[in-house]
Amino acid sequence: MVALQLALVMIVAALASGFVPALVCPRRPVWIKALAFPLLGLAGLAGIASGALALLGGQSGDLQLPFGLPWLHSLVHLDALAGFFLLVVGLVTLVAAVYAPAYVREYAAGPQPLLPLTLFTGPFIAGMALVLLAADAFTFLVGWETMTLAGYFLVAYQHQHTANRDAAYVYLLMSQVCGVFILLACGVLAAFGGGFDFAGMRAAQLSPAWASLTFVLVFFGFGIKAGLVPLHVWLPQAHPAAPSYISALMSGVMLKVAVYGFIRFSYDLLGTISWQWGALTLFFGCLSALLGVLYALMQHDLKRLLAYHSVENIGIIFIGLGLSLVFAGTGHPALASLGLIAALYHCLNHALFKSLLFFGAGVVLQQTQAHDLEKMGGLIRRMPVTATCFLVGCISISALPPFNGFVSEWLTFQTALQGPVLRNNILGALIPVAAAVLALTGALAAACFVKVYGVIFLGLPRSTQAAKAVETSTGPQLGQIFLALLCLLFGIFPTATVAQLAKIAGQFFPDAMPQLTAQGWLWLTPISPEIASYSAPLVLFGLALAWLLVWLWLHPRRRRQPVSLVSPWDCGFGPLNARMQYTASAFAMPIRRIFAPVWPMHGGYQPPSAADPGGRYQLHIGDWAWSKFYQPLGRLISAMARRLAIIQGGNIRAYLAYSFFTLIVLLLVVSL
Amino acid sequence: MNGWLLAIAQTLFMAALAPLLAGWIKWLKCRLQSRSGPPLWQPYRDLMRLFGKQVLLAESASPIFRLAPYVVFSVTALAGSVIPMLAVGLPTSALADAIVLVGFFALGRFFLALAGMDVGTAFGGMGSSREMTIASLAEPAMLLGVFTLAMTVRSTNLSTMVSFLLVSEFQIYPSFVFAAMGLVLVAVAETGRIPVDNPATHLELTMIHEAMILEYTGRHLALMEWAAMLKLLIYMVLLTNLFCPWGLAQDLRLAPLALGLVSVMAKLLVLGIALALAETGLAKMRLFRVPQYLGLAFILCLLGMLSHVVLEMN
Repeated sequence: MVALQLALVMIVAALASGFVPALVCPRRPVWIKALAFPLLGLAGLAGIASGALALLGGQSGDLQLPFGLPWLHSLVHLDALAGFFLLVVGLVTLVAAVYAPAYVREYAAGPQPLLPLTLFTGPFIAGMALVLLAADAFTFLVGWETMTLAGYFLVAYQHQHTANRDAAYVYLLMSQVCGVFILLACGVLAAFGGGFDFAGMRAAQLSPAWASLTFVLVFFGFGIKAGLVPLHVWLPQAHPAAPSYISALMSGVMLKVAVYGFIRFSYDLLGTISWQWGALTLFFGCLSALLGVLYALMQHDLKRLLAYHSVENIGIIFIGLGLSLVFAGTGHPALASLGLIAALYHCLNHALFKSLLFFGAGVVLQQTQAHDLEKMGGLIRRMPVTATCFLVGCISISALPPFNGFVSEWLTFQTALQGPVLRNNILGALIPVAAAVLALTGALAAACFVKVYGVIFLGLPRSTQAAKAVETSTGPQLGQIFLALLCLLFGIFPTATVAQLAKIAGQFFPDAMPQLTAQGWLWLTPISPEIASYSAPLVLFGLALAWLLVWLWLHPRRRRQPVSLVSPWDCGFGPLNARMQYTASAFAMPIRRIFAPVWPMHGGYQPPSAADPGGRYQLHIGDWAWSKFYQPLGRLISAMARRLAIIQGGNIRAYLAYSFFTLIVLLLVVSL
Repeated sequence: MNGWLLAIAQTLFMAALAPLLAGWIKWLKCRLQSRSGPPLWQPYRDLMRLFGKQVLLAESASPIFRLAPYVVFSVTALAGSVIPMLAVGLPTSALADAIVLVGFFALGRFFLALAGMDVGTAFGGMGSSREMTIASLAEPAMLLGVFTLAMTVRSTNLSTMVSFLLVSEFQIYPSFVFAAMGLVLVAVAETGRIPVDNPATHLELTMIHEAMILEYTGRHLALMEWAAMLKLLIYMVLLTNLFCPWGLAQDLRLAPLALGLVSVMAKLLVLGIALALAETGLAKMRLFRVPQYLGLAFILCLLGMLSHVVLEMN
């Protein structure tokens, strides 16, 4: 029960952090900061405590909230699954609360007041927590819409830029579409289950056709919010538009809430899983992972690049979930829970490293006053702490051992390699191909983050702002160091984490626990030690040992001959300058040429003219989903709306006639 | 405990052997090109010379640049320790399976590419860009090849994979044949040999690996060069032991280990001749032909997997 009460404390504290400053001191930025962010931190702490108690302590609880309608109670329930996601939300919220006070100093001199930012951040967090706790459809949707609407105002915070207003509009539109999908899914479940509470929905007896229809609604509903390709286009527009710590919350946490919804509805409420659902999930997961990273490679706006990487990572999570659903649908519960564990682990990892990268990006953007990678460079010497933490984030997201991203991808690989147990040739052969797609994704992500890190932090500064950048203040530094340490920790001690995640999988597959940690805390063995094992602590130890040996061997020489600094060889043509370096576009050019059909590209060389005596080279890279999916759909809807607009003549008698005939038709319907 | 000591000894042995293999291939290539060639131990001399030299560091270099040689070398040495070279069943092969091995190489490459971009010269960035492009195509092909073997063997543990052919009755698996062809192509690309990269060139249009380490001097350069030699050795040992493991020791007694040593040396000798012949006979291909080359490797590995599913599953 304590866990549940703490979760309610989290919601109340988050709401208070939004509304108390607005009521008490709306015109004093200093007081707003002093009130809003500590309360937000309190909400984060409460979320961590509550999630930890629910997940580690195995506490669960039910409560009826004192609002709602007499015949429609508002119920909350906390279990291990909700607890895990609450922990993730709490962690990132806490770090955001530590990071934000120094970060929002930028806005003190800007055109916006600080108040809207804190006013909507609170409900945004509270909405997410309510979604995780909800035990009936109404509470769920109230939480969901609170999160969505608060998110709209956060995206639109810097509304003087047209791009941000457009991004917020597209975000709101797509969020409402996904809200409709979820509403319909709830409706189907409630109709069969006889009630809007989750217990009733769980008991609903659905025919396979209705169950599959509901799954499709659930998949697209939560898939839009999670940013699956081709529904992702709102995401890379909206996430970069918000202030950086809000981007971190959106990419790191809000997407995870959508994943939570998907897991809750498909594993828990729908119950009987069929493998075709897994195939659908796997297909879209692969598509998102691959296209997400390919589009990310072509971005020059740092935050937009990171947002595309969120699409990629959501794809990886859905690959894990898809594998899990396929195995669950074909009667392999142990492998199904392995896939689920891999997906959940990646949720945690992505929340950690993506928010770390967004926090780092915020600092970089503030210092260089630029979003464009081509204007940065050499920042590692100006801001060593941020650079080190960002490097940890880059290594983690590129899925390199011994950091955390690698563990979850390794578990996903191991799940995929068990494809042959399916005894279904086509499915058994396609699943390893999904693993190959995942491998390609990982390798391309590494290429992308070499580009990002190399261009931002290494080399020579490409602009005067980059040359003058300074390290950020203590708060943001602490937040980043904390997340970087967590990235390392969850990479080095995966067995402890996996043992906890196995409890969640045990909720859905109670009698089939995989033997992941049977060999002790050192060894991660997904199926059995003969089949595959990975020992992250020993890998780190081996690396340290090899390093130590080399260092000891070279140390006497280092003492004898200190390193001397010289200017780099410039082929005798005069000093090197920043423009001679490889740019981000140049770095990605070979990949752009190899995968050219993936992007709609236009532009090229324009010969010299009066305006540009030297000629000009331009290249615009778009997004196929925008031009081939969103725009045609938008045009179709506009055309339909124009047709319908005929009935709006502006004549009051016509409107009265509409009302009259509607009334008659309704009376007819009632009388039948 | 013996197993752990043997694993450490094997790693040291690999590190010591790597320059000899490089010298052997270089000498063979020179002979094939009608030149007299340096003595076999020339790479040792080069390394010792570099280790003795002073390090000159570019002013614009960051700590990453000084860190990278150590990371690259340690990761490569660790990768060497998990490979069953003389015997199967070493405890280190449980540390990391085939997928983690690919991860080790990826980690080393990540730092190598960062080091290439660090100083801020044009060549470094060019090398990094090319290296990461090629790796992003080679890595999936390699993993697909590994998956093909893993599905036949039902394990990604390197010891189990190697001992599969060793203990089971001899029979030709079509999936192994395809995977072997694919992995050979990948190994050539990953170790930077002709036709993908030329380790002997410093011509700006063609270099990849050399471009990234162009700014290195002294012991840093020595570590980078040594790591590259070690990587070549690891790939060659991995290929021979995966597809031709006969002669490997199956327990840790002295006599089988000695036999394992002799057999692996003989196999490396032969594979070195094959590599030297291929490098002499082939020309380096254009950078943008490499995707087709690696696509072929990918298709071969995919064929291996399909032939496993179609022919071997039942």
